[in-house]
Amino acid sequence: MSLSRDDVSKVAALARLALSEDELEQMTRELSKIVGFVSLLAELDTSAIEPLAHPLGTTNVFREDVPAASLPVELAIATAPKQDGECFLVPAVLGD
Amino acid sequence: MQPTELSAVELVAAVANGDLTAVACTQAALDRIAALDAGTNAFLHVDRDGALAAAEAVDAKRAAGQPLGPLAGLPVGVKDALCTRDMPTTCASRMLEGYRPPYDADTVARLRAADAVIIGKTNMDEFAMGASNENSAFGPVRNPWDPTRATGGSSGGSAACVAASMVTASIGSDTGGSIRQPAGLCGVTGLKPTYGRVSRRGLVAFASSLDQIGPMGHSAADCGLVLETIAGHDPLDSTSLNEAVPAYTQLLEEPLAGVRIGRVPAHFGDGLDPEVAAAVEEGFRVLEAAGATIHDIDLPHAKYGVATYYLIAPCEASSNLARYDGVHYGHRTKEPCRSDAFDSPLVEMYCRSRAEGFGPEVKRRVMLGTYALSAGYYDAYYKRALQVRRLIRQDYQEAFSKVDLIGGPVSATPAFPLGEKTDDPLAMYLLDLYTVTTNLAGVCGISFPCGFTGSGLPVGYQLQGPALAEPLLLRAADRFQRLTEWHRRRPTTA
Repeated sequence: MSLSRDDVSKVAALARLALSEDELEQMTRELSKIVGFVSLLAELDTSAIEPLAHPLGTTNVFREDVPAASLPVELAIATAPKQDGECFLVPAVLGD
Repeated sequence: MQPTELSAVELVAAVANGDLTAVACTQAALDRIAALDAGTNAFLHVDRDGALAAAEAVDAKRAAGQPLGPLAGLPVGVKDALCTRDMPTTCASRMLEGYRPPYDADTVARLRAADAVIIGKTNMDEFAMGASNENSAFGPVRNPWDPTRATGGSSGGSAACVAASMVTASIGSDTGGSIRQPAGLCGVTGLKPTYGRVSRRGLVAFASSLDQIGPMGHSAADCGLVLETIAGHDPLDSTSLNEAVPAYTQLLEEPLAGVRIGRVPAHFGDGLDPEVAAAVEEGFRVLEAAGATIHDIDLPHAKYGVATYYLIAPCEASSNLARYDGVHYGHRTKEPCRSDAFDSPLVEMYCRSRAEGFGPEVKRRVMLGTYALSAGYYDAYYKRALQVRRLIRQDYQEAFSKVDLIGGPVSATPAFPLGEKTDDPLAMYLLDLYTVTTNLAGVCGISFPCGFTGSGLPVGYQLQGPALAEPLLLRAADRFQRLTEWHRRRPTTA
């Protein structure tokens, strides 16, 4: 299994990672090798096996619908790289 | 009496009956860290003032005749993946450098409520991704048995700080072996509880269906003592089990007579270091001497464990680590973000912040997970891995209908030289051979020393048990430790 540099570049965009040219090249090599290894699973016939996403098989857990204290806004945003005391600040999304 | 030479059980008893003060225990731990940790790098943060204040509060409580918590005065190191409201929590990543969470992880809150003294935060592989602790953005941890060698990972700091007797016990987390493997390579005892036994609230998420917090110490009895405090239901973690917590330390006396222990012949194939194989085989003899019977069993899908794990864990990680977006906490790029190469300045800010904040292994796993979850590949990779996960769990269910516990190696080799495997990510992944299936099945496992190599490196023995079998797991390990002295050996540190 071999990935092209173009494949890896598309995955980097999906993963929101601005990789350098060197990183893209190295990642292409390494991911090809790792994907080749995990393709070992293809030798098993799993057509009749139900996927297991979670070890517990727990179903939804609900609590009583009663209001309770939550983290105050000022604490929740205190560690943000940019904030105005009330909101997180991000670069303009709709243009200047 | 040197407090750093005591077991957790002994230290807590000495504080409770007034033979030692909590301040003396804390000071001894801090002194040892000051003397040794420049060479070990086990701690990313030492909270000297906070620890002494917590210890003074314990001593004041005792002086006032108030009841003490079950871990009163116990110096504990906590892996830097657990949130602490008064200390930085970095996950050994530049992404979270300087981050101080607004709340304590459930485990941290329980330790404080039990009057334990949190000494500091321990080094680890970045975001718990690694098997050598060399992926820390703040430098590797050196193995106290040989500083040219790795501690294993990802809870390498938590293993090393106990091995070097800087603290009496520590907290690690185990997603695919991250407690058990470093415990094995550092000659300490480390327990990965059943999935859901310990709340994950406040544990920085790596792979949520696999992550589990657990104790590390010099003995099974010490791990049981700490587990009594940190286990239990947490309404704020919907995957934490609503099951009573047994008094593990009170359940160690029953002999092992009649307990059936499985041995998997395939565990002893090519690639297992002969000295490790010999020590592990001798481990089976010790358990036999304690009254257990040994039975050969098969886990037919175990050979698919590493491939299954390296799909599921990166897929979950790629989703969990999407939260590091330069907005809510952590690193944000200083670049102007006005390039035409991105859809918008916001997307460019995401992409640059993440590329600058994450180290190479974290990027690799986020990429691998994103790829395996992407349109056209989901069925071939992620879904198939989930199907094989069911087969692996069925193997365990089948095995535990024939035996009570499964014994074997925790790691194919003793501690390896720093730098030996850093150029080959896949070789590093293969180190997880003996440990990942425990997490995939959601069962429990423990690693403890069963011998030493000719050159003086510890060898770990792993026992695995079915869900919620911690009482039997700890009892078997404790029996082993009553018959052997391996866990009492200490490295000759400066």
